[in-house]
Amino acid sequence: MTIKGKAYIAGIYEHPTRHAPDKSTAQLHGEVAKGAIEDAGISKDDIDGYFCAGDAPGGAWPMVDYLGLNTKKLRHVDSTETGGCSYIIHLGHAAEAIAAGKCSIALITLAGKPRTGVMPPRAAGAEVDFEAAYGATTHNAYGMCAMRHMHDYGTTSEQLAWIKVAASHHAQYNPHAMLKEVVTVEDVLNSPMISDPLHRMDCCVVSDGGGALIVTTPEIAKSLKKPLVRLIGHGEAMKGPRGGKDLDLTYSAGVWSGPRAFAEAGVTPKDIKYASIYDSFTITVLMQIEDLGFCKKGEGGKFVADGNLISGVGKLPFNTDGGGLCSNHPVNRGGMTKIIEVVRQLRGEAHPKVQVPNCDLAIAHGTGGLLGVRHAASTAILERV
Amino acid sequence: MADGKKYPAPVTNPETAPFWEAAKAGKFMIKRCTACGEAHYFPRSICPFCYSNKTEWEQASGEGTIYTYSLMRKSPTGPYAIGYVTLKEGPSVQTNFVDCDLSSLKIGQQVRVVFKPTDGAPLPFFTPV
Repeated sequence: MTIKGKAYIAGIYEHPTRHAPDKSTAQLHGEVAKGAIEDAGISKDDIDGYFCAGDAPGGAWPMVDYLGLNTKKLRHVDSTETGGCSYIIHLGHAAEAIAAGKCSIALITLAGKPRTGVMPPRAAGAEVDFEAAYGATTHNAYGMCAMRHMHDYGTTSEQLAWIKVAASHHAQYNPHAMLKEVVTVEDVLNSPMISDPLHRMDCCVVSDGGGALIVTTPEIAKSLKKPLVRLIGHGEAMKGPRGGKDLDLTYSAGVWSGPRAFAEAGVTPKDIKYASIYDSFTITVLMQIEDLGFCKKGEGGKFVADGNLISGVGKLPFNTDGGGLCSNHPVNRGGMTKIIEVVRQLRGEAHPKVQVPNCDLAIAHGTGGLLGVRHAASTAILERV
Repeated sequence: MADGKKYPAPVTNPETAPFWEAAKAGKFMIKRCTACGEAHYFPRSICPFCYSNKTEWEQASGEGTIYTYSLMRKSPTGPYAIGYVTLKEGPSVQTNFVDCDLSSLKIGQQVRVVFKPTDGAPLPFFTPV
C-alpha cells in the first residue's frame, strides 16, 4: 500500500497578515480555511476530513464546531501534534485517509498570534524535572546543534549566513514578507549574537498568521480548475537523546523521514527542482539539506555557500517566498507555509522573479520541537501532473 | 553567572524520587540496566535500550566532558550557558554550566557536577574542573 499519487492538493491559502492585534486565533483559522476552500473552488459543506494541531484553540472538536463544518458529512479527524512539522505530517495522514476511503476532501488549518496573543504552554514530558530548569529555548537548542556541527565538520558562521542571504534575495519579491531587505553575509555576521554561535539574522521572524490546505482525491481534483499537484512520497520520524547514549546533535530525524519519502516517490534528491526547507534557524536548513541527501553529511556549509540556494542562481532554489527567515513563521510553526510555497512553485504561481522554470517536482520538509533536544521531522514530495 | 539565580524545585514522582533523595546528600545518580549493562539518563524504571525492568541506581562519578553548549546572551535572569555533558559512565546529560567564565567554555572541556539549591531537592549543574 502506498499513498503515491492517491491525494492531490487542490486548495492553498496563506494569510497575508503578519500582525493581527484585531483578530482572534479561531478567526484566523476561519479565514485561512475560507481562503483554501475558495482557492480549491469547493463548498465548505463538502469537507469530510479535518486536520489541526496544537495551535487550534481547544483542539479538533471546538474547531470543527467553530468553523461550522458539516458534521453530518465529517468522518475523519486527526489532531497529530508534532510542532512546526505537524502540517506536513497531516498532509501524509490526509493522503492515507483518502487512499483508505476514510475521507475525500480534507481541510488542514494552522493559525495563531505569537506577536499579539498568548501562546498555549507546551505540555511537560517525563523529562521535565531533569531539563526544564536549564532553560532550553529554540535559540539555544539550535545553537547547541550549530556549535557541535562547527566542531565536527568545520562549518562556519559565514556559510550559515549564506542561507539567510538566499532567503532575503527571495523575500524582496514577496509584498507580505516581514523582512524585504536584501542582506549580505557581513550583515548577518554583524548582527548581535543571540545564542552562540547564532546571530540575530540566523533566526527566523516571529509572526501572527496562518495557512490552510485542501487535500482531495484524484477524481475530485481533476474536476476542479486549479493546476494538478499531487503527493507522491511522504515520511515522518522522531529523534531524541534516548537515555543519552551516543548523543549526536549534528543530524535530525530527517535522515529517516527523507529516505522514506524518496523511496515511496521513486525519485532522488538530484531530481528535485525546488525545495521548501524549514528555516527556523539557518542551521536548521543546513542540517536538513544534509539529512535529505542533497549533499554528504558535513558538507552542507560548502553546499549552501555562494548563492547555491538562490532561485535562478544556484542548484537548489529554496524557500522562494522568503521563508521563516524573512517572510513569516505563523505561530512559530513553519510546516504549513513550506507546503504552500511548494504548491505555488508546482502550479507556476510563484513570483516570476523566483519561479523555478518547468518546476514539476518539489519537496517540503520540516521539523517540529527542538532540534537540540527532541523533535519530529516530516518530508513530502510533490509533483505537477 | 548563575550565582544567586532561583531555580524551580523538582516536582519529583515515584519513579525518580530516589534520584532527588540522593541529590540531597550530594550524590549524582544514574540508572544502569543489569540485563544489557547500559547506563542511561534521565532515569527510567525500564531500560530504554533493551526494555528490561532490571534497572538499578548507581552513583556516577559526576565527571565528564562538554559535548556541546550555547551561551544565551540575554534572558530575564541574565546570560546562561546550556549544554550537554558526556559523563565518564557514558550517557550525555542536559545541563547548565555555572561558577565559571561563560565565555571561555569549550567542547571537550572537563567538567564536574555541582548541586544548586532550590525550595525542594537540589539540582545538578556542571562546572569546569
